[in-house]
Amino acid sequence: MSPVSSVERQRWDVVVVGAGGAGLRAAIEARRAGARTAVICKSLFGKAHTVMAEGGIAASMANANEHDDWKTHFRDTMRGGKFLNQWRMAELHAQEAPERVWELETWGALFDRTPDGRISQRNFGGHEYPRLAHVGDRTGLELLRTLQQKVVGLQQEDHRETGDHEARLKVFQEFTVTRVLKDGSGNVAGVFCYERESGRFLVLEAPAVVLATGGIGKSFKVTSNSWEYTGDGQALALLAGAPLVNMEFVQFHPTGMVWPPSVKGILVTESVRGDGGVLRNSEGRRFMFDYVPDVFKEKYAESEEEGDRWYEDPENNRRPPELLPRDEVARAINAEVKAGRGSPHGGVFLDVSTRMPAETIKRRLPSMYHQFKELADVDITAEAMEVGPTCHYVMGGVAVESETTATVGVPGLFAAGEVAGGMHGSNRLGGNSLSDLLVFGRRAGLHAARYAAGAATAEVGEEAVAAARAEALAPFDGSSEGGGENPYTLHQELQQTMNDLVGIIRREGEMAEALERIAALRERARRIAVEGHRQFNPGWHLALDLRNMLLVSECVARAALERTESRGGHTREDRPAMERSWRPVNLLCRAGDGGITLERVRTEPIRADLLALFDKEELAKYLAEEELDA
Amino acid sequence: MSTYQAHFRIWRGDPGGGELTDYTVEVHDGEVVLDIVHRLQATQAPDLAVRWNCKAGKCGSCSAEINGRPRLMCMTRMSVFARDEVVTVTPMRAFPVVRDLVTDVSFNYVKAREIPAFVPPAGLGPGEYRMRQEDVDRSQEFRKCIECFLCQDTCHVVRDHEENKEAFAGPRFLMRVAELDMHPLDAAEEAGLDRRRTAQEEHGLGYCNITKCCTEVCPESIRITDNALIPLKERVVDRKYDPLVWLGKTIRRRKA
Amino acid sequence: MRSPGRASIAARHLRTDRWWLSPAATAAGLLAFVAYSTWRAFANAHYYAAPYVSPFYSPCLADNCVPMRGGPNWALFGSWWGLSPALLILVFPLGFRLTCYYYRKAYYRSFWAAPPACAVAEPHRAYTGETRFPLLLQNLHRYFFYAALPVAGILTYDTALTFRDSHYAWGHAGLGTLVFLVNIVLIWAYTLSCHSCRHIVGGRLRHFSKHPVRYRLWTWVGRLNRRHMQLAWASLISVAVCDLYVYLLATGAFDDPRFF
Repeated sequence: MSPVSSVERQRWDVVVVGAGGAGLRAAIEARRAGARTAVICKSLFGKAHTVMAEGGIAASMANANEHDDWKTHFRDTMRGGKFLNQWRMAELHAQEAPERVWELETWGALFDRTPDGRISQRNFGGHEYPRLAHVGDRTGLELLRTLQQKVVGLQQEDHRETGDHEARLKVFQEFTVTRVLKDGSGNVAGVFCYERESGRFLVLEAPAVVLATGGIGKSFKVTSNSWEYTGDGQALALLAGAPLVNMEFVQFHPTGMVWPPSVKGILVTESVRGDGGVLRNSEGRRFMFDYVPDVFKEKYAESEEEGDRWYEDPENNRRPPELLPRDEVARAINAEVKAGRGSPHGGVFLDVSTRMPAETIKRRLPSMYHQFKELADVDITAEAMEVGPTCHYVMGGVAVESETTATVGVPGLFAAGEVAGGMHGSNRLGGNSLSDLLVFGRRAGLHAARYAAGAATAEVGEEAVAAARAEALAPFDGSSEGGGENPYTLHQELQQTMNDLVGIIRREGEMAEALERIAALRERARRIAVEGHRQFNPGWHLALDLRNMLLVSECVARAALERTESRGGHTREDRPAMERSWRPVNLLCRAGDGGITLERVRTEPIRADLLALFDKEELAKYLAEEELDA
Repeated sequence: MSTYQAHFRIWRGDPGGGELTDYTVEVHDGEVVLDIVHRLQATQAPDLAVRWNCKAGKCGSCSAEINGRPRLMCMTRMSVFARDEVVTVTPMRAFPVVRDLVTDVSFNYVKAREIPAFVPPAGLGPGEYRMRQEDVDRSQEFRKCIECFLCQDTCHVVRDHEENKEAFAGPRFLMRVAELDMHPLDAAEEAGLDRRRTAQEEHGLGYCNITKCCTEVCPESIRITDNALIPLKERVVDRKYDPLVWLGKTIRRRKA
Repeated sequence: MRSPGRASIAARHLRTDRWWLSPAATAAGLLAFVAYSTWRAFANAHYYAAPYVSPFYSPCLADNCVPMRGGPNWALFGSWWGLSPALLILVFPLGFRLTCYYYRKAYYRSFWAAPPACAVAEPHRAYTGETRFPLLLQNLHRYFFYAALPVAGILTYDTALTFRDSHYAWGHAGLGTLVFLVNIVLIWAYTLSCHSCRHIVGGRLRHFSKHPVRYRLWTWVGRLNRRHMQLAWASLISVAVCDLYVYLLATGAFDDPRFF
C-alpha cells in the first residue's frame, strides 16, 4: 500500500458533486460568479439521470394561458405538497422558474413551440394551467444537453483567454466522492474521491461544496431510478454533520414495468389508463372497482359499463376507477398482490389489447408501444402489460436554507436538486423537478461562489485524508479474513426490505422490522469483502455505495415510523388520515456516534401575504389549529 | 417462462492485451445483453468492467459491439439470437480500451470542445426568442442524440484510420455543426464565425463519404447522413464550391 | 482497427451475418448496367423504332443521327463526329448518377470497400475521403442536377411523342408507351428526390416560416428523398428496359403491341 501522502490534492474554489441538471446549473453559476469550479460525477459527462425526465419543466411563462403567474404556480405546488413545502423555496421556485427556462433558450435549447413562436406549454396533473415547457417526451435530455453545452461554451471562453479549457471549470467524470472533508473548525474543506476507472484517490480542497447527487431509488427493489441513485449526497451530508429533512416522503408511481427484469421499474405513462387501459388481477377482475374510497364514491363509475362509456361521453358518465389519484391506484395494486392475486412477476395486468384495435393503440400510444416492443419484446396490442408501483422520487433530503441552499450547521456545504429536501413538501408535482434543478442549482452555485470568495483557504488535514482512504479501502481487507459478505447479496436484501416493509403502504410493525433488518445489514456490511483490484471494480463500487444506501434507508424508515399520519408520499395503513397537527412539523434526521437520531422541528410560519393567496376554507383543511388562530 | 444456458464470448483485458473469454450463463425470458453481463458480474466475474447507466436506451452509456455490430447492450434483446448461437461482446473498437468492455471515449469530448457553442443573437433577451416549430424541427431531430458514440465508433474514417482522428470530428459532431447552422437564431455569422467553412476546413466534413453506417447504428434513428451530413455538405458547396453563389456575392459586395 | 491502445482483437470484424451480400449484390447490379449501357452506347444502332427513341440517344445531337420525325434531334455536331451520338448526351446523366449521394455510397462500399460494410475493416492503408482531387469533384453534384433537368424534360417530350403510332399519327398508344411512361415517372422521381434538389428548393433556408411555398416543396422533396435509393435503382432499371424495348423493336425481334 502506498503512503497516504501520495494522495493527489488539487485546489478549487467550489466543488460540485453531481453533474445532473442541478449540479451543472450550479457549476455554470459558480464559474460565472468568478469561482474556479470543479464538477465531479459518477457517470460520463452528460449521462446523468436528468435525461430520463420526460414531461417537462414547470414555469408560469403564461404562453399557453395568459392568466398563469407565479402565484398560481406557488398555490399548485403547495397544494401538491400538502402544505408541508418549505414555503419560501416554493415561492422562489415559482417566481424564478420562467427566467431559468428562458435562459436555457439563450444557451441553445430548442423547446417545442406555440403557433406564434413562443415556448409551448402542456398540461400536467396538479397544475391549474398548461405550464410545462417541453421537447416531445425528452425534455430532461434537452435540459441536460443544453447545460452540458453551456459548460463546454464556458470552457471555450476560458480556452481563448488562458489556453486551457479547464482553467476555471473542470468536469471530473467517473469519479465517486466518498467523504466531504472538514477543517479543524468544522468548516467544509474539500472532498475525498476516487476515479472509478483506475481506483486512484484524489482530494479536491475547496471551501465550498455543492451536493447535487439526486435521489435514493436504488435502495428499493423496484425503481425508475438509475444505478447512480444510491443516496450519496444525503449520506455525505449526514456524515459531515448536516441533517436530512422529511425523508419519509418517497413518491411511488403506480404503474412501472415489472417484467421483464431488464426494465423493471421503468414508467408506464398514465395516459395508458387515460386512453382506456384497464387494470386486472390474476382472476381477470377489474379490481379497481373494489377500491374506490368513500370520499371519491360519487365521482367514479360503479360499473364497468359506466366506466367504459366515460371515454366517449365524459359529460354523462363517471370516470372509471383506474383513474383515481396515484396513491389510491398504487395502494390497490399493492393490496391485490399481497392478497395473492397478482401477476406472475409481482404486479397486476394493465391491458389495452382487449380494449382497442391494434391500430388505435399504435396511433394513440406510440411511445408505449415502442417502449414495450423495443425493451421487452411485448406487443401491447396483443397482450397485457404487467405493472406495479415503482419508486420514483424522494421529496425529503438535505435540509437547506431556502435562499442560499446552505445546509444546516455545516458552513460551506450546499445542496440542490432532488438531494435537497423541503421544496416539494410531502409530494412533488410533475414538472416541478426540472424547474427545481434550475432554480436551486443556480442559487447553490451563486451562494457557494460567494461563500468561497469570503472564506479562508481550505486546508484538509492529513488525518482526515488517511481516515477517508482507510474507509474506502476497507472492503478489500474483508477478503483476507474469510467469510466475507458479498455486496451484491446485501444490496438485494436491502432493496427487498425497503420495498416490502417501507414501500408504498406502511405499517408500524413492518417499519420496526425494517429497522431491525437494516441494523443487521449494517453489521454484515462491516464484513463486506471484494476481490480483485481497484481498477473499474464494480463490486468495490457497490460496497462503498452500500454505506450510503444503508444510512439513508434507516432515515427513511425511522422518519416513516415517527410520522403517525398519511400525507402525500407517506401512506400508513394504520394511520390513514392526514393530521393537521403534523402540518407544521418537520422531522430532521441526523447521524451521530450513537446512530441515526430523529428530531421534531416546528416549521417557520408561512408568511401572511402568501397565506392570503388561499381561501380561508382551504387553509382550514391543512393548517393546524394553532396556525389558524395566529 | 423458460431458461436456458447461453454461450457468451466476452473480451477481457486492458490496453496491455486481452482475449475473448468464454462463459456459459443462464438466460431468462425477456432479458437483454446487459442483463447477462450483470449476471456474469454477480456470479462468475465480479470484476468484469462495464459502463452503463439508465438501462432504458436513454443515456447512451452501455455502447459495445455485439457479434461485431455496434449496439447498446441495454437495447439488444437476447431473443434476437438463436439459443445455440455464440454471443460475442467486445468493447467499441474505434476507441482505446480501459478495461474489458469499457473504452476511453475522451476523443468525443475533445471534439465537442472544438465546435463553437451557440451564439445568442444580440438584442434579444431571455424570453424574447420567437421561433416557429417548422424552423426548429430540423435541429430538434439532431438534439435527440443521446451521445452513445456508436456512430463515432462505426465510422470507418476514424475506426480504420487512427491518424484521421486529428482532422475529423465524426458524425456526431458534424451533426452538431449542422444543428447549430440550422438553428433559426444562431448568430455565429454576425460574430464572424462561418460554421459551413469550418465544417469543411476544421472538422473534416470532406472525409465523410456518406456510406451511412452512422445512420445504420443510431439507436435514436436519427437520419444523420440524409438530414445532417449531406445538407451540411450542400451548405459547404454553397459557401466554397458554387461559382454562381460566389459571383452573386462578389457583385453584391461591389455594389455595396 | 489495431491501433495501439485499442482492444487487441485480431479479427477484421466479428460480424456473424451475411454482411457481404449487400455490397456484392450492389456491385453485380452496377456492373451489369455498366456492361449493358457501354455496349448500347457504343453500338450506334437500333436506337430508334418509330415513334420510340431510346433514352440513351435522346436528345440526339449529331449529324449522324437517324432521322426521327418530331424528335429531339439537332445536328449540333457536324459530320466530323463519327462516334455514337449517345456519347454526347450520356455524359450528363452519367455524371449526375456518378456524383449522386446514393450511388457514391453504393460504389464506395461495393467497389472501393471503403468500408465494405459497417464495422468491417476496409483494406486501405490511408483514407482521405472526399477532401482531395479527384473526389473533391463530387461537390459538383448540383451542376449535374441542373443538367439532368433539361435531359429529363426532353425524355418527357419523347414520352409525349410515344402517343403516336409508327406513322406519326397522334392519339395512339402501345406497350412501349406504357414502358416510356413508367420510365419517365421514375426518372423524374429520382431526379427530384436528389439531395441537391432538396437543398436548393428549401434546405438551404434558415427560416422555413418565412418561405411557406419553398417549405412545402422541401417537405415534398424530402418525402421523395427518403426513397432515393429505391428510386435510383428503379430508374436505372427502367431506363435500361426502355432502351432494350426500343432495341428489340428496332431489330425486329417483335412488334409493339398496340392498345389503340
